[in-house]
Amino acid sequence: MSELSLERGINTLKAQIDAPIASFFSSCVSCGMCASACSFYTENPEPRYTPIYKLEPMRRVWEQNFTLLGKLKVKLGIAKPVTDEMLSQWQELVYNTCSLCGRCSLICPVGNDITYMIRKLREGMVASGHVPEGLVGASTRAVKIGSPMGIKLPALQAQVKHIEKATNMQVPFDLEGAEYLLMLSSMEIMNYPEYLEAVGKILTNAGKTWTLSSECFEATNSGIQIGSSDIAKELVSRVVNAAEKLKVKTVISPECGHAYTALRWEGPNLIGRPYSFAAKHIVEVLDELREQGLLPTEGMEDAKLTFHDPCQLVRRGGVVQQPRNLLKLVASNFVEMTDHGTLNWCCGAGGGVSANEDANEVKMKAFQRKKKQLDELKVDTLVTACANCRIQLEEGLEENQMDLPVVGLTELIAEHLVERNTINEESRHD
Amino acid sequence: MSDVLFLQWVKGPLFSIAVMIFVIGVVLRLAEILSLGRAKNLAVPKGNPSLGGWREIGRRFKVDQGTFQQNKITVIAGYVFHVGLFIVMFLLAAHIALIKHSLGVSWPNLPTPVVDMAAVLSMLALVVLLIDRLSQPVKRFLSRRNDYLVWVATFLPLLTGYMTYHHLWLSPQWLLGLHILSVEALLVLFPFSKLMHTFTLFLSRWYNGASMGLRGVKS
Repeated sequence: MSELSLERGINTLKAQIDAPIASFFSSCVSCGMCASACSFYTENPEPRYTPIYKLEPMRRVWEQNFTLLGKLKVKLGIAKPVTDEMLSQWQELVYNTCSLCGRCSLICPVGNDITYMIRKLREGMVASGHVPEGLVGASTRAVKIGSPMGIKLPALQAQVKHIEKATNMQVPFDLEGAEYLLMLSSMEIMNYPEYLEAVGKILTNAGKTWTLSSECFEATNSGIQIGSSDIAKELVSRVVNAAEKLKVKTVISPECGHAYTALRWEGPNLIGRPYSFAAKHIVEVLDELREQGLLPTEGMEDAKLTFHDPCQLVRRGGVVQQPRNLLKLVASNFVEMTDHGTLNWCCGAGGGVSANEDANEVKMKAFQRKKKQLDELKVDTLVTACANCRIQLEEGLEENQMDLPVVGLTELIAEHLVERNTINEESRHD
Repeated sequence: MSDVLFLQWVKGPLFSIAVMIFVIGVVLRLAEILSLGRAKNLAVPKGNPSLGGWREIGRRFKVDQGTFQQNKITVIAGYVFHVGLFIVMFLLAAHIALIKHSLGVSWPNLPTPVVDMAAVLSMLALVVLLIDRLSQPVKRFLSRRNDYLVWVATFLPLLTGYMTYHHLWLSPQWLLGLHILSVEALLVLFPFSKLMHTFTLFLSRWYNGASMGLRGVKS
C-alpha cells in the first residue's frame, strides 16, 4: 500500500463520486431535516452533527471536480480546498457521530442517500490517514488474526466443547455439503455464547445439516466500518472461500447488523461476482423454518416486551416482518416502540462506533434517544437481533440505572423450542 | 430608457438569452450527473429496484409523524410555498397564454383572484422560511450564500408579478418589465444553484429508492 496522504485521500474520494452522489449533492436544499433524523444530533444538538454537513469534504471534491461552476471557481482561485486539517476535524463527524444507521437516508425529503455517501467518504478518510485508532486496531486484528476482537479458533473450539458437553448436541466443524454454514460475530463468541447453542439447537432440531468453518468463523467486517474496500474485500473473501470450499447452500449471517450488510449487499460487489450460495441473516432463516413448520415452539412469554430493530436489518436489509413473525410465536404481550421497523432509532453504536474509543461518550448520549423510546413503553424485556446493539443497549441501560433485561431473539426462540423427536413420538402414539 | 423600450428589450432578446442559458445549463448539469454512471450491483436482489425507485419518488412527498413534529415550519411553509409557486407559474391565465404563444400547448387556468391568493401565501411562506433559516441553528449553520441568493431570486418574481397585477408603484410597463427581468435572473441562476433540485430530486429519490427496492426495504 502506498503512503497515506491527502492527495491519495482526494483521489480516492474522486473515484467514489458516481451519478447518485452527484445527484444527491445537487438536490440538497439545506432544509436541515436530516438533523432531526439522527440521534447523534437530536441527543447532542450541535449543528455540525447534521448528517449532510458530515459530507462537506466530499461535497467540495464533487463540486470542484465534477461541476462546471466548481471547476471555474478552482481556476479563479476562489474554491475552498479540502485540506488535511479539514479532514482531521471531520474525523469526529464521519466516525464518532455516525453509525451508518441510514435513518437520514430514509427521512431526507429530496431523497438523498446520505449514509451511502458517508460509507464512501470513509474510503477517502482511510486513504488520507484520518481514522480513529480503535478502528485501525479492529481492522488490523481482523485481517491478521481473523477477528476484530482478536479471538482465535481455540477460543471458539473451547466454547464448542463446553456446549457439546452441556447439551449432548454435536457442533460440527468443516462438514462438507452441509446446508448451512453458520458464521458468528466476535461479540457473540465473547459475550453471548448462548447464541451458538441456540442456533445449533434450532437447526439440529429442524433436521438441517449445518457446520462451522475452522478457517473462517468471523462474519463482522471491520473493512466496511472503517471504510476500506481492500480490507472489506479480504474479509468477505474469507467467508466466500470457506463457504465454497464446504459447498454449502446458505451462509447464515449472525445476529450482527453490519455483518449482514457486508455479506449480503457489499460482498458480491467487493469480490466482483455473485456468490454460488445464498447469504441470509439468522432471523430470515428462522422465519423460513417457521414457515416450513420446522420451528415448533411451546409456551408464551407473559412479560411485556418490545423489539429493537437493528438498523442494518430494517433500513438497509428489508428484514422487518420476520422478527415480528417469530416474536408472535413466543410472546403474548409484544408491543411496538413509537418509531419501529424502518423508522426505528439506532442504538447509537453501530457502524464502527462501538470499536472506536473516541466515541465512548457520544454513543452514550445517542443512547438517550433509545431510552426515550423505552421510557414511553415501560416494558419488562427488550429483544433484539444484533449482538452489537445488544451490548450497547445493556451498557446504556446500566448507565441509566434501568433494570431491563436484553435478550437475543434467537435465544428467546430456542428457549421455547419443542423437540421435534418428541412431537414425532407423540404423533406415533396417537 | 423608456418603459416601453425596456419592456421590449426584456421580452425580446434578453428573454431568449435567459431561456437559452436555462435550457442548455439544465441539460449540461443533468448530463454532468448522469454521465458519471454507477456500478452494476452484483448482489442478488430481494426486490425490484425500479419499483422501489418509483415508490420513493411518491413516498417522499409524505413526512412521517415524528419528523413532522420536529420540522413543522419547514414542512408546512415548504408545502405552501411550493404549491403556491406551482399554481402561480402554471395556472395563471397570463402565464398559460405565454406558454401557448411560445410552445403551442395550453390548459385551463384558475380564476386570477385564486392565483393572486396563492401568490400571497407563497410569499408569506417564503418569508416564514427565511426567518426560520435565520433563526433555526441547524438551518442557519448549513446555509451558504447560495441559499440566500436563491431565496431572493425566487421571491422577486412573485413580488413583481403581484405588483404588476395590482398596479402598485411604477407604470405597468416598468413593472411587467421588472417582473420578466426577475424571472430571467431566476432562469439564469437555476442551473448553477440549488434550484436544480427541481429536477434532480426525482433522480435522487429514484437512486435511493432503487437501492431500497433492491434490498427489499419497504418504507
